[in-house]
Amino acid sequence: MSKHAVVSQILPFSCVDGPGSRLVIFLQGCNYQCKNCHNPHTISLCDACGDCIDSCPEQALSLIHSQAMPLPQLRSQEMLLHGDLIPVNHSPSSSQSKPHIVWDSTKCSQCDTCITVCPRQSTPKTSHYSVEQMLEVIYGQRHFINGITLSGGEASLQLPFIIELFSAIKSSEHLSHLSCMLDTNGSLSSTGWHKLLPFLDGAMVDLKAWQQDTHHYITGRDNHSVFTSIELLVQHNKLYEVRLLHIPGITDYEHDIDALGGYLSNLPTETRVKLNAFHHHGVKGIGSTWPQCTQADIARLANQLTQRGVTNIVLPSLYI
Amino acid sequence: MTLQDNIEKIVTHPHLSPKQKSNYLALEAENSLPYVAVSEQVNNAMKQGIICDMFEGHAPFKPRYVLPDYAKYLQQGSQYLELSPAEDFDDALNALTILYFHVPSVTNIPVYLGQLDALLMPFTKGLDTDAIYRKLKRFWILLDRTLPDAFMHVNIGPTDNIICRTILRIDAELQQIAPNLTFMYDPAVTPDDLLFQATSNICQCGKPHIANYPLHADAFDTRGFGIVSCYNALPLAGGANTLVRVNLKEVALNANSIDDFFAQTLPYYSQLAFELIEVRSAFLHQQSHFFDSFLVKEQLIDESRFAPMFGIYGMAEAVNILQALLPSAAEVTTTNVASKPNTGYGHNLDANELGLRISAALDNIVKSTPVTYGYNGRALLHSQSGISLDKNVTPGVRIPYGSEPDPISHIQALAEHHQYYTAGISDILTIDETVKANPQAMFQLCKGALSSGFREFSANVANNDLVRVTGYMVKRSDIETFKQCGSRTNTTGLAAEAAINTGIFQRQARVIAHEQAPFIHE
Ligand code: SF4
Ligand code: SF4
Repeated sequence: MSKHAVVSQILPFSCVDGPGSRLVIFLQGCNYQCKNCHNPHTISLCDACGDCIDSCPEQALSLIHSQAMPLPQLRSQEMLLHGDLIPVNHSPSSSQSKPHIVWDSTKCSQCDTCITVCPRQSTPKTSHYSVEQMLEVIYGQRHFINGITLSGGEASLQLPFIIELFSAIKSSEHLSHLSCMLDTNGSLSSTGWHKLLPFLDGAMVDLKAWQQDTHHYITGRDNHSVFTSIELLVQHNKLYEVRLLHIPGITDYEHDIDALGGYLSNLPTETRVKLNAFHHHGVKGIGSTWPQCTQADIARLANQLTQRGVTNIVLPSLYI
Repeated sequence: MTLQDNIEKIVTHPHLSPKQKSNYLALEAENSLPYVAVSEQVNNAMKQGIICDMFEGHAPFKPRYVLPDYAKYLQQGSQYLELSPAEDFDDALNALTILYFHVPSVTNIPVYLGQLDALLMPFTKGLDTDAIYRKLKRFWILLDRTLPDAFMHVNIGPTDNIICRTILRIDAELQQIAPNLTFMYDPAVTPDDLLFQATSNICQCGKPHIANYPLHADAFDTRGFGIVSCYNALPLAGGANTLVRVNLKEVALNANSIDDFFAQTLPYYSQLAFELIEVRSAFLHQQSHFFDSFLVKEQLIDESRFAPMFGIYGMAEAVNILQALLPSAAEVTTTNVASKPNTGYGHNLDANELGLRISAALDNIVKSTPVTYGYNGRALLHSQSGISLDKNVTPGVRIPYGSEPDPISHIQALAEHHQYYTAGISDILTIDETVKANPQAMFQLCKGALSSGFREFSANVANNDLVRVTGYMVKRSDIETFKQCGSRTNTTGLAAEAAINTGIFQRQARVIAHEQAPFIHE
């Protein structure tokens, strides 16, 4: 049986996740704990504690105990019309009886009460897809998109699924024209990258801070592997974009502008340096007290980088 | 209000120009005549808002839309206008400008300005790129300033040529509301980079619309067709004598089951619409003497190439109303539909299938009902994009405002309808601003839409200053200032009314209505 992934959302059409029009698959689960995360409920996996069930005003949630994993019935068109997921939720690898949350998307009114009450800051609104099922979804969209992007959470935590999916796309007569991109926090090991590279067209990597300490403060992890990943992708000509999420006074981009500018200006000229502006939408905890980033803040940062020889700077298309 | 009161209101209106006042006065005068004679049933259906004549006037003395054969005119000159055949580029532009003032329409301004690249290419000899650019730019400005109505429509493509490319360049540069522009796309003829230029323009200014050339060409004979006003596809050298539209929402409200809708109500109100079409076109063709015009004598138009448009709107409401009549729909009440983003027309497979069944039934009715003055003896089915006074009813077969799914699901939900609407269908996709920085995405979306059977691809990029409030372009800033100072452009008044009635500024910017309504905007 093919690999499965826990999917938190599928976006059929995106203009900001790589070249051209893209289908974006958001995988559930992340190994960072960013204080500025805009989707904190995509960090932890649901452990089926059942706490959210009674809070749902639409009775869209229930708990089941299953032996094997019944695969969701594919109703591809309807699923895509909904712009969300198959209304069935099952855990993978359930060889023995385990409880699972079942989310009925047809009943759900997207009020997000379940997410608010979840003690793990997780969500019951995820679905499991096999590689075949995901291919079917992609097949239905193939005329409208230039490629697919795996995002998260941290997509690379579910690497075997991604490798199988990308390799199937590359070997499919109908899908091989689609580019396969990964949006990542850069924590993947070199071994992991080497397995993925043959099927990968490009990656977007977050560089959340320049200094170790700042990176650790924001994400809970150090940034050594981020630099290693960037280097490796450059070597293989697959670094599409480096992303800087600017939080004035919190990120150290301006403080270390000379070092950062020097580093970025040495990247291949094709690599886009994408500046993103921090805003509060979805942010919980201390991050929601941090200053939001304005258009002027971005302009200042862009200007400083330009002065230091960074050429391929891409500004946000929207400020919230 | 009495006729005199109305006239006084128009004459003393603070914000209308003398020309706009003249137009409204003419409408008042026409409407002081008795309405063309119709049966009691038609009269009732009109009063109840089930069928509607689009306020074309009580005694139609000009066709709704006219598409002259401009190529023939440039070639032969005009006896009536005392013009010899055009010999060079300036001649051609001059001759076209002259004829535009003699082409009537329901708005008194021509809705079709021709397939400009095909018309002008024979006259480009000896002109360099820059000369063509300067001449066309002046022409483009002249059109916007002298015929200020965004219903007038230029067609270009599908071939790659210097005029087509230059018009696209100028249109993006000037960002005018007029003229409206349709680019014909034929995958067998149009190079990708030309389509890319057109779709990049959409990112910048919301124009052009992209028409699926092979699909339209197949629906008409070899003399051709044009896209006019907002997404009306009509025979070239002909046009539309009238447009009568059926409010499917109201038809559905009169049905007591889905079967009843298909067996009784829809056929009944369709027949009433045909009766209205017959009397209105009979007056135009038999009594108005329109077809004695020099346009006919000089064979720029041909009476036999005029067809009535059978328009429909309110599909979304009709489907949701009918679905609620299903016994299984006990819990899917209308309120339920409204509160859940993922149910109802545009989202639910069963609802979409029912919608498609309605379109197929309409197609069957229109194709099997003879009309006296039609194209091959038939009317043409049209998915009507609404007028400025429509409330709580969605244009054409569109998905209701604010509940549209993502653009791809949107296209997939509606694509199959497009095969039925020979006289045009307007689905406006609203794409968020991020597409501006990624025209490749617009290009791909457009290709996908056309390959899935869309007749026309029209997109609105949210937060452009140039927005489609109906089938035409208006400037957001124009609408905001209209109430204070009136507007140079006739369509802005309609758009302002449409904007107020439908609250578009609380929603994404989009198309709402397009036809001239004989009302004065306070
Ligand atoms: S978001 Fe959906 S599943 Fe969650 S509580 Fe609300 S209705 Fe229930
Ligand atoms: S989503 Fe949260 S509250 Fe609901 S079952 Fe999973 S872990 Fe428990």
